[in-house]
Amino acid sequence: MWRKRFLSTAAVAMVAAGSAQATDFNVEIVNLTSGIYYTPFLVAAHTDGSRLFSVGQPASAGLQEMAEGGGLDGLVATLTGIGATIETNPAGGVLAPGGRTDVDLNTDGTANVRLSVVAMLLPTNDAFMGLNAITIPTEPGVYTYNVNAYDAGTEANDEVLNGGGAPGVPGMPADPGGLAGTGGTGVQTGAESPTVHIHRNALGDTDPTGGASDLDSTVHRWLNPVARVIVTVR
Amino acid sequence: MKSMTKVSRLFAITSLGAALVACGDGSDDFVSSVNTVPPGPEMATFAVGVTNLTNAQPLSPVAVIAHDDQYRVFAVGTTATVGLESLAEGGDNADLLAEAGATALATASGGGPIGPGANEVISVSVEVTQLPGLRLSAVTMLVNTNDAFAALNGMDVSGFAERDRVTRRVIAYDAGTELNDELATNIPGPAGGGEGFNAARNDRQDFVTMHQGVVSADDGFATSNLNESHRFDNPVAQIIITRTD
Repeated sequence: MWRKRFLSTAAVAMVAAGSAQATDFNVEIVNLTSGIYYTPFLVAAHTDGSRLFSVGQPASAGLQEMAEGGGLDGLVATLTGIGATIETNPAGGVLAPGGRTDVDLNTDGTANVRLSVVAMLLPTNDAFMGLNAITIPTEPGVYTYNVNAYDAGTEANDEVLNGGGAPGVPGMPADPGGLAGTGGTGVQTGAESPTVHIHRNALGDTDPTGGASDLDSTVHRWLNPVARVIVTVR
Repeated sequence: MKSMTKVSRLFAITSLGAALVACGDGSDDFVSSVNTVPPGPEMATFAVGVTNLTNAQPLSPVAVIAHDDQYRVFAVGTTATVGLESLAEGGDNADLLAEAGATALATASGGGPIGPGANEVISVSVEVTQLPGLRLSAVTMLVNTNDAFAALNGMDVSGFAERDRVTRRVIAYDAGTELNDELATNIPGPAGGGEGFNAARNDRQDFVTMHQGVVSADDGFATSNLNESHRFDNPVAQIIITRTD
């Protein structure tokens, strides 16, 4: 599975731009984690030259909005502007640990040959899962991609649950599982690496009413991959 | 390292009989005269080489299952079977192999635990006629945990020709059957020496997910009997599948 993903990434530069390719396909998303929820997913097929993010580059305003609070308006506006094929919120809300959801896309009559899927990890400051502009397979079959957790690099990971979900506002917006604590003094107080990078994982602690973090180290940590995307081409 | 093979001949023969009756190719004599020990059918053998990539998590004896495309050992988000629970909590693969045996084409068990850095090759054979739809699964416990297991889950090997070889690096799952309290009394491996399988299910959620890793006392989980050496990251094992015959 990882091999397939790496090949897709390596093939990015070799695909000719602008070749219209009609594809009717299903995108299934599995939350692999044991204690993390996903905000509503953005599932988008888009053109060859576009990407929602690049590692080592600063996040766009739209990506920051998604990663810090789960909001999709900015990314949807940008994608709409370039004629992307878009589906949002297939799960009808947050997707719980172990949960799965799926949605159909049809790129008939478009030049949308790349697929991206993003959503924020809750509860975190600015972690998100990102399937990043993979080439949509055209041959009928089932294709599986393991997806890692990224840090948007836009907000310090203080791990304080305070409802802060707007871009630039510190803190974590919500804890759908209800297992986070209170009274955390803040894990990361300085600035974080300002570009998109692989997330270093939550720290957490085992003090539900104090300590540095409001996260529980026995609940809210994860190991990559954090999600699996299964593309079924008809 | 020497492998141990335990192919389920019973189910292989049963399946062959069904296939021959269905085909009506004139070989029915085989079915009606099993006592005469006819020439064996042409077999396809797969060597499953498992290497432990962790620092201090011995892997329990590996369960290898050759099966069709309908059976699955587990799925994320779905409740673990008792056989998987027994393997994931106690490192005992007998129940899982017995469960699979009802539908499996062949099963085999590793000869013993695989220590960090060590490897073992385990072989299973099916009849060549069973190759269409053939899947391979391999499951093993990270024994210094409550219920973590590593698995190759239904890899498609139906298109393997002789000498074909594919390498997979596999990740750690949480069976969801036992709370990750990291207490020695609930960890069967050398770090705990405690209880293995317990039928009670006391995890936060009774279904399989990925494992979040162990926290350990060295990282602030004061009641944990694990230390920093027992932590792991994905991938936790490398599995090389070779069709040898």
